Amino acid sequence: MTLAAIIRPEAADTEAGSEEPADTRTTAQAGAGSGQVMPAPKSRQSIASMLPRLRDAAIAGLALLLGVVFWQIATERDLQYIVNFSNVPGPLEVYEAFLANITDPVFHTHLLVSVKRVALSFALATAVGVPVGLLMGRLRLFRAMAMPYVEILRPIPAVAWIPLAILMWPTEESSIVYITFLGAVFPIVLNAMHGAEQTPEVLVRAVRSLGGSGLSIFWHVVLPAALPSIAAGLAIGMGVAWFSLLAGEIISGQYGIGYFTWDAYSMVRTPDIVVGMLMIGLLGSLSTNLVHRAMRPLLRWREKAR
Amino acid sequence: MNVATTHTLFRQHGTPRRSTEEGRIDIEDVSVVFGSGPAAHTAVERTSLAIPPGEFVCLLGPSGCGKSSLLNAIAGHVRPTTGAVRVDGVAVTGPGSDRGMVFQQYSLLPWKTIRENVALGPRLAGKSRGEADATAGTFLNIVGLSLYANRYPAELSGGMQQRVGIARALANYPSVLLMDEPFGALDAQTRLVMQENLLAIWKEFGTTVVFVTHDVDEAIFLADRVLVMSAAPGRVISDIRVPLPRPRRPEMATEPGFVETKRQCLAVIREQSLRAFENQER
Ligand SMILES: Nc1ncnc2c1ncn2[C@@H]1O[C@H](COP(=O)(O)OP(=O)(O)OP(=O)(O)O)[C@@H](O)[C@H]1O
Ligand SMILES: [Mg+2]
Repeated sequence: MTLAAIIRPEAADTEAGSEEPADTRTTAQAGAGSGQVMPAPKSRQSIASMLPRLRDAAIAGLALLLGVVFWQIATERDLQYIVNFSNVPGPLEVYEAFLANITDPVFHTHLLVSVKRVALSFALATAVGVPVGLLMGRLRLFRAMAMPYVEILRPIPAVAWIPLAILMWPTEESSIVYITFLGAVFPIVLNAMHGAEQTPEVLVRAVRSLGGSGLSIFWHVVLPAALPSIAAGLAIGMGVAWFSLLAGEIISGQYGIGYFTWDAYSMVRTPDIVVGMLMIGLLGSLSTNLVHRAMRPLLRWREKAR
Repeated sequence: MNVATTHTLFRQHGTPRRSTEEGRIDIEDVSVVFGSGPAAHTAVERTSLAIPPGEFVCLLGPSGCGKSSLLNAIAGHVRPTTGAVRVDGVAVTGPGSDRGMVFQQYSLLPWKTIRENVALGPRLAGKSRGEADATAGTFLNIVGLSLYANRYPAELSGGMQQRVGIARALANYPSVLLMDEPFGALDAQTRLVMQENLLAIWKEFGTTVVFVTHDVDEAIFLADRVLVMSAAPGRVISDIRVPLPRPRRPEMATEPGFVETKRQCLAVIREQSLRAFENQER
């Protein structure tokens, strides 16, 4: 055993054979453990790694196409087997209605208004839900106080809130945002709470022994430990925000994609109903995807875990 | 790198050696009781100890005898049920950066890089990011992991993670280093290397070290003093001075001083186990 090995044990790891030898490290960092220097295999590898994803996308596309074909046949033949398709607009009709709407500035306003409402409500739900959830996860007293509210209020559907929301809030706009906010906030709170509960106690102790306390424990340990769970809660909250928004918009307002859909129903513009529904589905899934993407850089460390 | 360059390193970044006056630990009549009523369990019973500054002490005892509990009482993670712990005359009321701790389990923050983990102590002490990173660099160098500064803990082997844990604890320049079976999960060869590495670092720093282990050889190899603990109730039953010179080398394991100390330790442990066995019989 040399002195160098004592001071820098990784020099001795080669002897011990238990850890990565020092001299292969640089090549390992370059991404080729075998010492490959040619760049060609690297790009081939990235194409190869994309193949499964391309295949999945192709399968998804085919599945959707199959659904549309079934839809077309069902409406064309006026299929009546348990479900009645005779009054349902076919895909072509819906497509035409979509083309007509997509060039209509009023339709754009409907979309924009809804997106803005969801964005505002979701931002508020995040700002309130994450801290409240984290505190509930870590502080017994706070949890005991807040839990009954969460348990009683959470199962109340957005539609049930409509009358009270109208009475409580000064403007129609604020009652819609309130209803949407309520939908999003509970999954965010509960997931943040569960995340915070899972904080490993040894990490809290480690940071305390490094001189941390109170807020710094929250910032360096509790929040990051809860982050995977928070991300899941935000994604669920975003989905719930959309269907709560719809409830709010159906009753009140003169703009919004929910209002558009409801209006199409009262005016018996059936293709527009389906356009509205599909837009909601599309916006909902796009925004959920956006949440996932926004959280990904914060969760990069998890990809390193084996 | 060799010891000479380590010296240079210390000089460049200000000497980390503590004043020899700091790091005195007084354990005065400390008990640690978990739970209450009939379910109460006494993990540590009425223990008193004095550890002078700069001493390397090993707490040796079987699993569950209260080693971690006593160490946590010094760290401030567990409040003693009776008595008090004093470090340099000041009563311990909670964890603090003057008592660095290396844990039994891996305890690096998985969402921080190795550098960020080591820099956390200085950051919490109010140092600027630049200063904290420089300190982290120094200590990663000392444990030989500079090249891994930007990696995440999950990318390192268990032994490397424990070395980062040591660097992280030292980056606060603590007067006391508390180590709870830090090498327990490592294979025999890595463990030997880590032990020598730790002694080399300790020689430079002069911190008081309280090192928990259930491995007799490890305790004797490292310590100035081996404190043997008994189980149920947990108390220090023997205080054995290790007569070996420093620097310690693995070959010393065959020297008479080592063998005699080991015999003493084993005799105490055996007597203790026999008594426990008799109690069970009764
Ligand atoms: N938080 C706790 N609550 C209740 N009992 C505990 C707690 N922590 C430890 N104990 C009990 O106290 C006793 C001593 O535990 P301790 O962790 O100090 O032992 P140890 O000597 O460190 O053991 P090991 O070598 O296995 O780590 C054990 O019987 C354990 O079950
Ligand atoms: Mg223990």
